[in-house]
Amino acid sequence: MRTSYKMASIKHKNTKRIEGLDKNVWVAFTSVAADPSIVNLGQGYPDIPPPSYVKEGLAQAAMVDRLNQYTRGFGHPTLVKALSKVYGKVYDRQLDPFKEILVTVGGYGSLFSTMQALVEEGDEVIIIEPFFDCYVPMVKMAGGKPVLIPLRLKSSSAASSVSSADWVLDQEELASKFNSKTKAIIINTPNNPIGKIFSRSELQAIADLCIKHDTLCISDEVYEWLVYKGHEHVKIATLPGMWDRTITIGSAGKTFSVTGWKLGWSIGPEHLIKHLQTVMQNSLYTCPTPLQEAVGQGLLRDFELMGKPDCYFTSLALELEGKRDRMAAMLRQTGMTPVVPEGGYFMIADVTALNQDLSHMGDDEPYDYKFVKWMIKEKKLASIPVTAFVGEDSVKQFEKYIRLCFIKQESTLDAAEAILKSWNKD
Amino acid sequence: MSRKLHARRIEGIDKNIWVELTQLAADYKAVNLGQGFPDFSPPSFVQEAFCKALNEGFSMHQYTRAFGHPNLVKILAKFFSRIVGREIDPMEDILVSVGAYQALFCTFQALIDEGDEVIIVEPFFDCYQPMVMMAGGTAIYVPLKPVCCGPVLSSADWVLSPEELASKFSPRTKAIVINTPNNPLGKVYKRKELQMIAELCIKHDVICISDEVYEWLTYDGTKHVKIASLPGMWERTVTIGSAGKTFSATGWKVGWAMGSEHILKHLKTVHQNSVYHCATAAQEAVAVGFQREYDVFGTEESYFHQLPIHLHEKRLRLADCLKSVGLKPILPQGGYFMIGLATIPVSAFYSPEHRNEFQKYIRFCFVKEDSTLQAAEDILRQWSDGKLKKF
Repeated sequence: MRTSYKMASIKHKNTKRIEGLDKNVWVAFTSVAADPSIVNLGQGYPDIPPPSYVKEGLAQAAMVDRLNQYTRGFGHPTLVKALSKVYGKVYDRQLDPFKEILVTVGGYGSLFSTMQALVEEGDEVIIIEPFFDCYVPMVKMAGGKPVLIPLRLKSSSAASSVSSADWVLDQEELASKFNSKTKAIIINTPNNPIGKIFSRSELQAIADLCIKHDTLCISDEVYEWLVYKGHEHVKIATLPGMWDRTITIGSAGKTFSVTGWKLGWSIGPEHLIKHLQTVMQNSLYTCPTPLQEAVGQGLLRDFELMGKPDCYFTSLALELEGKRDRMAAMLRQTGMTPVVPEGGYFMIADVTALNQDLSHMGDDEPYDYKFVKWMIKEKKLASIPVTAFVGEDSVKQFEKYIRLCFIKQESTLDAAEAILKSWNKD
Repeated sequence: MSRKLHARRIEGIDKNIWVELTQLAADYKAVNLGQGFPDFSPPSFVQEAFCKALNEGFSMHQYTRAFGHPNLVKILAKFFSRIVGREIDPMEDILVSVGAYQALFCTFQALIDEGDEVIIVEPFFDCYQPMVMMAGGTAIYVPLKPVCCGPVLSSADWVLSPEELASKFSPRTKAIVINTPNNPLGKVYKRKELQMIAELCIKHDVICISDEVYEWLTYDGTKHVKIASLPGMWERTVTIGSAGKTFSATGWKVGWAMGSEHILKHLKTVHQNSVYHCATAAQEAVAVGFQREYDVFGTEESYFHQLPIHLHEKRLRLADCLKSVGLKPILPQGGYFMIGLATIPVSAFYSPEHRNEFQKYIRFCFVKEDSTLQAAEDILRQWSDGKLKKF
């Protein structure tokens, strides 16, 4: 017995800042994939367990009275000190745990704090397509204007074996996007969904433009440890002139395969981080204590093993490389063309060659949305349409691509393989 | 970088009393009756639920439903439907947030635009004002004032003047924020006081934001009343709750906003564009806690019954201690704070306009182990006996 309100009061309408931001690709697709009969390679989370020492760390923390109560707002001391140690080594610089680090609710929370702190009406923010879908709504919610530029497939790449490295920015096009209103550029490396790892020279080109136009750089590096053989993750903040203008974002969820812990961090110079801290203290104030303690302990353990094969940062990447190669082979066998990622845990695949006729599904949606829905229904295999990660102008360029997540158990990959092998047998 | 970096929305909201004072307490190793958190553990059934959740399947460590873990929203809906007297839809009428703090943030960001006025009852939990400011709103203050001065001061003596309150409503008023039981006073609004506020909300078509995080902590038989249960109020109220305060686990940061779908949907939009998900395992543990409380509600076994009894004694003990050293405590009807003298200055809870009237009051938190209260007592006695060094 729910009362319906014939005329919602004008005062109960949404605020301007969230106008048009209610739709979301995940809302559309995650409930569908919750059906257990569907093999879910859609949303990006592992179905492999987190390392046991990280789970144990949490169980231990929960038994300490003080760790069930509020901790320091900008980050639990154990955690920020561990982050300063780990990243101090990676950046090769002394990081002040209290002034140059902010702990947030996932990498997502870091992106939000950054936008709210540093972007406002009149600011333009350059976003590279395909982009993790939240960048555009977050820039809009902060009053900024997203300016999009697509990665483009080099025409020189071999049709049969495409790598994420074959997707590049056109340098002239990139330079043309910068102007006096440009407040920041967001980069994501390794990139979701393509898996591209920006090379040092690519990052240098971006850095040169940031310095020339005096803009900020927001570097989303949540997949920083998931780097495959022959590739190197480079932090743009370590390039000359970049530390003072860069916020680098990391994630415990991606680092330790615990996306459900929702802890992330922003690292950068005090004069920028202090503004993110102001947003934090006026939005959620502090993150959960026992989870932060456990992540801190986990980081300290892996810090000692950094560079060695049994460091989780290294061992996870090794484990995933095998899954990456397996997935690429399965997709090729079906007739799709995978883009083999240099990093991260997603792979996009071009479905053009399958020639799947979806005209019966109408024409109010891009091809990949229709393909994904059709594949869920007919093949019981879930993925995500890549045009969810691009602006309208780039839809045609990306609508033959779907995104698959491969941080899955072997049994999940076996089930996916079975579906892909029998694809043409209907 | 040469240009101005920060966004205007964060101007004037960078100072924060907790950041300053918790640092001071840590620096001077003070006996801390300042910040409001228990120094005892959450009840064992809830701690055990958390440990059990951690060891369950992989899903406890991965993303759950963005607007609230299904087990949690279902039990919250069931639990509160029984109290509010209407069927609450777990998927549409509830948003789980990172503590009540984030529920407040989502509410202001979702509903307050530039130029909107928000009435705030003083003394108020300090974050309301900067949150209104960050959303571009204008805070309009109305103070609670003590009316009678009998021998025992109680939070019940602090009331709103109906005329003064009515005068604060204007065509630009978007919302009013009430907090019951109130932090820092401990006032528990009576039904007729809430009725008066409700009538004004309905007359002026205003949204009521009701912060009820201390809802289970009422003393001396005082009843907590939910303004959302009054006629005409469900459709215009956002009620905010906290697992941290409910289960003495402030560090878990699990809270919620509850209200009619047509308002909650806007809070969800803010949530999905700011944090998106809340931690899974903590939500599962809170769900188990609420299920247990649902089953034993109203009985002696209920934690919601035991916690206020446990705190009742501490409240009286602190009041006696303050009295014995010549300070005048205001006995709270609810919550876990008492105003008397000296830990968090109460003027932080008032607007600049009214601050001067309330400078001599200070707030204590009594949700502490007896040993902590004893230590505080010792310090106060020494101080009053002149045994402490003069500064």
